[in-house]
Amino acid sequence: MSMAPEHAPTMARLSLAQRLAPWMPVLLVPLLVVAGLLAIPNTSSWLTLTVSGLAMGMMIFLMASGLTLVFGLMDVINFGHGAFVSVGAFVGVSVLLMLGGLTGAPSLALNLAAMGLAVIGAMLATGAMGWAFEKVIVEPVYGHHLKQILVTMGGLIVVEQLIIVLWGPEEIYISRPEALKGAITFAGAALEKYRLVAVGLGLVVFAGMRWTLRRTKIGLIVRAGVENGEMVQALGYRLRLVFVGVFIAGSALAGLGGVMWGLYQEVVSAHMGNQAMILIFIVVIIGGLGSVEGCFIGALLVGLMQNYVAFLEPKVALISNIGLMVAILMWRPMGMIPVVKAK
Amino acid sequence: MIKAVLSGDMPRSSVLALVLGLILICLALAPFLFPGVRTVDTAARICVFIVLVASYDLLLGYGGIVSFAHTMFFGIGAYGVALALTHMGRGFDAILVGAGAGALLAAALAFVIGLFSLRVRAIFFAMITLAVASAVAVLVSQLSGLTGGEDGLTFQTPRTLGPAFKFGDELFGVKLNGKLLSYYVVFLGSLVLFLLMLRVVNSPFGRVLQAIRENDFRAEAIGYRVVYYRVAATCLSAAVAALAGSLYAIWLRYVGPDTTLSMEIMIDILLMVVIGGMGTMYGAVIGATLLVLAQNYLQNLMGAAGSLVEALPVLPQLLDADRWLLWLGVLFILSVYFFPTGVVGRLRRG
Amino acid sequence: MSDPILRLEGVYTNIAQYHILQGVELEVPRGAVTMLLGRNGVGKTTTLRTIIGHWRARQGRILLDGQDITQMPTPAIARAGVGFVPEDMGIFANLTVEENMVLAAVSGPIDSARLDWVFQAFPPLKTFWKSEAGNLSGGQKQMLSIARAMVEERRLYLIDEPTKGLAPAIVSTMARALRELKAQGASILLVEQNFSVARALGDSACVMDDGRIIWSGEMRELATDAALQERLMGLSMEAH
Repeated sequence: MSMAPEHAPTMARLSLAQRLAPWMPVLLVPLLVVAGLLAIPNTSSWLTLTVSGLAMGMMIFLMASGLTLVFGLMDVINFGHGAFVSVGAFVGVSVLLMLGGLTGAPSLALNLAAMGLAVIGAMLATGAMGWAFEKVIVEPVYGHHLKQILVTMGGLIVVEQLIIVLWGPEEIYISRPEALKGAITFAGAALEKYRLVAVGLGLVVFAGMRWTLRRTKIGLIVRAGVENGEMVQALGYRLRLVFVGVFIAGSALAGLGGVMWGLYQEVVSAHMGNQAMILIFIVVIIGGLGSVEGCFIGALLVGLMQNYVAFLEPKVALISNIGLMVAILMWRPMGMIPVVKAK
Repeated sequence: MIKAVLSGDMPRSSVLALVLGLILICLALAPFLFPGVRTVDTAARICVFIVLVASYDLLLGYGGIVSFAHTMFFGIGAYGVALALTHMGRGFDAILVGAGAGALLAAALAFVIGLFSLRVRAIFFAMITLAVASAVAVLVSQLSGLTGGEDGLTFQTPRTLGPAFKFGDELFGVKLNGKLLSYYVVFLGSLVLFLLMLRVVNSPFGRVLQAIRENDFRAEAIGYRVVYYRVAATCLSAAVAALAGSLYAIWLRYVGPDTTLSMEIMIDILLMVVIGGMGTMYGAVIGATLLVLAQNYLQNLMGAAGSLVEALPVLPQLLDADRWLLWLGVLFILSVYFFPTGVVGRLRRG
Repeated sequence: MSDPILRLEGVYTNIAQYHILQGVELEVPRGAVTMLLGRNGVGKTTTLRTIIGHWRARQGRILLDGQDITQMPTPAIARAGVGFVPEDMGIFANLTVEENMVLAAVSGPIDSARLDWVFQAFPPLKTFWKSEAGNLSGGQKQMLSIARAMVEERRLYLIDEPTKGLAPAIVSTMARALRELKAQGASILLVEQNFSVARALGDSACVMDDGRIIWSGEMRELATDAALQERLMGLSMEAH
């Protein structure tokens, strides 16, 4: 037997481009911000737009994160996800309207208490609804994409109509709590307070979600389950329970996003969830279905893009996001951060 | 002879054959059997929707692909004819140009969307078509200079298709005018397009498509380029949907977002396919006929039921004629669960 | 000898329209290594997957220590003490080695003495403890896969082709680790194509063909009888 040639692995020096590749999605956000600065000569307008773009992105992230995780974990695509956005908005707004005393008072503490109650109410309602939706609508069609799409779409229609039955067909106008009205001036730019709150809340939720996914056992199970659900079960974890939990949490987050979105636009309608779905789908596709980080980056890109373009050329704002999606899919057909499936 | 016309795809159930024959006769003689503006209008709507739903069935039932952009393609065809008739004058040449351009544009758009999404995974297609279709709907309402925005466009069709054109006196009490001709343009156009779809799904191409739906992995392994077949099906389906839209525009002499682009029409199409029976083509005939009739006549009945229970809480709101969509949604979910083969599947089995 | 840890009674399993297992009768004795042998495609992997519950038996019973687990959900079977090392290793590539191991310890934090034992069997795992498992070499991934099963004491280990496609040096590491596991009195059902490993580890052996067990007996008996090997598996194992 002859000696096998000695195996001497060497590490080739990676070129700069190769080393940058994994970070490219993250770098896209500052790149887009800089591009915005170049396109918009007025710095203060640019700053205002950037903040509102980030705020919008954070809210889309809240709404979209549940959808992407549910897909990653169980290969379930929920076209009815937008229903949670609408229901969250309506419940939240109803709570705020009931608490007129708190929202009208010029006290930040009272305002925040009212906001907190509205958010809790919305999240409880949409969480419970998510649980029911999963049981009634989604569970019977596991493993069958075509039926999932059809049935969850049907679920969206039914929920939209039920909202009209319960709240009436008219749009409901709502003004933000006193202390969150108006703007602060920073470097000559007017920054709406509410948008700053939305950015803060989005960051907190994203950080919390990342911490949960990285540092807790439930998070480990979810991440492992996205990759190879069968093996997670073979290790002894009831993935089905975890999935229901994620579905409920995702629905509650969509409800939170719905409240924030409703207050952002200062009007809620039964169709708002349906409209939000367009942006949500764009975001989860460009982020990479199943990836929370990709979803976050995608949401920021979409929010910024929408605001910059709306300022420069209002009519093409929505089309610009389609353009963004096309560009990213040409670059990475599975989205920016593709989720590797073991199977 | 019949077998050749139907491309060898017989109804395979005597009840089904009877029902289909009845529908064909009723539609063919609608202006004479049911004279009246509203009934003829309903018949024309049924004709157009049969084609629209059949083209959707090619995609969903035969290709296993869910699209939410079918109304977009339908709308492209309708707006194509509308714009051509508006800008080129009321001639048949304008209709041909508009319908042709609409069908080409629809196919091209379908090609691009299909290429981007279908090469990755089929569910991308559903999501991307939803996003693109919504964006286009918004665009159409914003570009009011071209499209008339929310109000839509009213235009004139060739004189020979208008009610003012008379080519005879009366036949069985029906006025022989351009409106009658217009109905037969729609009817014959729909019939030809439907038979064409039937031919397509029974061709070797249609069989490969079904093999892909059953097991795309195996089809690919045998050597069929799955993506090509799916994209081709998408383009064909889009072009036929656009032609259906053109027929609808000729009939209505009006296009607007609500009649061609709205999400509600998309949901109607889905419902018609599922209730009629996916992957059967004849399901499109049954589904479209049932739903259009139900929409025109049952909705009133529901309103009447609503006023009966006026005194009770919540129920009146649930039975309000405007809540039609609620019950359609429930019906839709139930049919997907318990009735996935639709009416045609049931009839063929029973 | 006491009653077996695992017994399969007339197990039939279908995958789609294919009848893969057609009446498997199998006993895995306690505290010993049972080799499951046979040509490719005769149903060895399906047998393991049916035991862990990834595929459902259409007919027949599977008894773990006398308890019927045939219809139990996979997580419950795993928690009843079945450690499973699948053919594709089932590594979570996006998780670190540590996270893979933490997940494998279902009943609580990892026991440090047990972890030391695992590290001593598979030193690379200690070196790459904080690295993503996807960056490990093929052999290291296989080590991690077996280490995940070893991190807690199980009543039964199901191990599917642990030496498949590995370099000889790593095969011997793997064999040594399995021998240590065996020395602790573990009950193992092992699918293995590498004959020297099978001969060194196996106490008893079962040979499958066409979805059935066609022979079972002492590994020693099979190992020394080339004619028997030829008849059962259509080839001599030595040539393998």
